[in-house]
Amino acid sequence: MLKIEGLTAEVEGKPILQGIDLELPAGEIHAIMGPNGSGKSTLSYVLSGREGYEITGGSVTFDGIDLLALEPEERAAAGLFLAFQYPVELPGVGNALFLRTALNALRRHRGEAELDAMQFLKLARERMKALSMPEDMLKRGVNVGFSGGEKKRNEVLQMALLRPRLAILDETDSGLDIDALKIVADGVNALRAPDFSALVITHYQRLLDYIVPDRVHVLMGGRIVQSGGPELAKQLEASGYASVKAA
Amino acid sequence: MSAIPAGVEGFLHRFDGLRQRLPGARLPWLRALREAAAEAFRIQGFPTRRAEAWKYTDLRLVAEAGFEEPLSAIDDDPALPAPRGPYRAVFQDGRFREDLSTLEEAPFAAASLAAALPALEARLGALARPAEAALVALNTALFEDGLVVTVPAGVAGGVLELLSFASAGERPAAFHPRHLIRLEAGASLTLIETATGPAKARYLHNPVYEIELAEGATLTHARLQQEGLAAFQLGTAYARVASGATYDNFTLNAGGKLVRNEIHVVLEGPKAACHMNGAQLLRDGQHADTTTVLDHAAPDCASRQTYKTVLSGRSRGVFQGKIHVHQVAQRTDGYQMNQALLLSPEAEIDSKPQLEIYADDVKCSHGATVGEIDADQLFYLRARGIPEAKARAMLVEAFLTEAVEGVQDPVARDALQAAVAGWWEKAA
Ligand SMILES: Nc1ncnc2c1ncn2[C@@H]1O[C@H](COP(=O)(O)OP(=O)(O)OP(=O)(O)O)[C@@H](O)[C@H]1O
Ligand SMILES: [Mg+2]
Repeated sequence: MLKIEGLTAEVEGKPILQGIDLELPAGEIHAIMGPNGSGKSTLSYVLSGREGYEITGGSVTFDGIDLLALEPEERAAAGLFLAFQYPVELPGVGNALFLRTALNALRRHRGEAELDAMQFLKLARERMKALSMPEDMLKRGVNVGFSGGEKKRNEVLQMALLRPRLAILDETDSGLDIDALKIVADGVNALRAPDFSALVITHYQRLLDYIVPDRVHVLMGGRIVQSGGPELAKQLEASGYASVKAA
Repeated sequence: MSAIPAGVEGFLHRFDGLRQRLPGARLPWLRALREAAAEAFRIQGFPTRRAEAWKYTDLRLVAEAGFEEPLSAIDDDPALPAPRGPYRAVFQDGRFREDLSTLEEAPFAAASLAAALPALEARLGALARPAEAALVALNTALFEDGLVVTVPAGVAGGVLELLSFASAGERPAAFHPRHLIRLEAGASLTLIETATGPAKARYLHNPVYEIELAEGATLTHARLQQEGLAAFQLGTAYARVASGATYDNFTLNAGGKLVRNEIHVVLEGPKAACHMNGAQLLRDGQHADTTTVLDHAAPDCASRQTYKTVLSGRSRGVFQGKIHVHQVAQRTDGYQMNQALLLSPEAEIDSKPQLEIYADDVKCSHGATVGEIDADQLFYLRARGIPEAKARAMLVEAFLTEAVEGVQDPVARDALQAAVAGWWEKAA
């Protein structure tokens, strides 16, 4: 589904991604772990099309198409979703309007009928209940005044509504209490399907107890330096990244 | 076709030619008022940028254009928007269109100024200050009509629409309506005003408002300025707010080539309140200026001002806000915020807040910001599949929300929201 080959990228002239190779087959969930500043968020932003990154080499294909040639909204329409490490606050944009606009943009693209306010509300309420989110979060500005954990849950709500084919979760578990962690994991697991893949960026093995990955990759210094099965995450938890460097 | 004399000369020439024919020409008090105003206009001339109050707005385009009085025979009927309430007063080129207006059933008195002049000696000119403002002098010398509204004590007047249309004349027309609004004690009214004109017609709309609010009265005054893009609108409003009364003004500047919205408010009784909110939505080639002068002249009054300007293309916006807190005005609660969103590197905003505080127990704050669309916010929306143009529109609307939400009256707020949304659809 996703194929990254020799990807290099710079920020303000500073090389950050230094040759990423990664293949994510359809139906699989891969975890990416790695020390602070190693380039995990940079990779997720480059994949979703944020400005400010210069791609200096390599390629990324999504179902065979050149992902890097698409605008961010086209990537979303193609089925890509990024759950942000730091969700952005949008004062003055109501959460309900935001979610409905996003959902209808995708539905239009898929040739499905747009949802009116009532239909949307019904669907959103259902999804929110599953995520144990209070309903008044629909009325507030997007992420405005949300606690850290509420922002992350709001990301998962968006994912649940938009039903992407490829989800990148950038530290969605950070700042979540134990119950919320389970809820978020359930949200991801609910999407598991032969045609759904996810890249789960995390610092903690704990999340991977709930979302069991097919593969674990270690990103250091802008490169994938080691890959393995779920046991790799446990090993890292025990001995840290020093053991990887030594390897 | 003979050339129309331009500038001050042109207008004085017209005054000379029209003075016998203007409405109320036989009323000695009005004749004296007009003569004095014409003289004041002659002395002052059009304001230039050397004047502090006109530092950022250049009226040369207006001064150099030649205008005529509008044709007296009006035959075309403007396309009227759907009514927002049962009562409406329609003006075309500054003149009352009785046939299009619906005022008979209103629980307040509303009529054409031209017809009511004999009874207006005490009211007309009670607030306007032609000696200090050239455009007000010009209006006083040449006004032909306007709306006179009196809402009796304790009456809830509901929604009154004031629709102003300019017609597409061969030659540039100037009209100077004078509107007198009075709410007696405890009365209320929502006045929703829409000013429009043909897209390419060059005309000058120079309205003056005199607004008197007695004890406990509430006036919501929403002005949707959507003049044609070649037009000039230079409006001046004077409001006097008595004890416990509220003046709630919202002005949307979306049309016009060169626009000035000048508002003078005096809070003259204890616990009077004033909200002045506004949005200026400017496209390439437009210049809009909002200038507010607020006098806190009594204790325990509150004022709130939130102005937002969105600028695209090579447009220019101006905000000048003066708050004068008199020595008696203890416990004044004043707030002024002025924010601009630049959508283009060629757009320009000038902003000049001015606080003069002579009382010691006062809470008064002001602020100004200038920014662009936030790249992170834009990316967040796009990453969710929302196309860029729509994402920008959402962020512009979000920027304006605070000012529009400040409008208390739901009918006025809906009208403003619709106008804002409509502007963006055309601009995008
Ligand atoms: N706009 C920028 N300007 C300069 N340096 C940047 C910029 N954005 C990212 N970087 C640098 O790129 C490197 C990788 O950052 P990135 O956010 O991808 O790390 P990360 O692996 O996600 O870290 P964390 O685990 O802390 O989230 C860091 O050294 C960071 O300082
Ligand atoms: Mg990161």
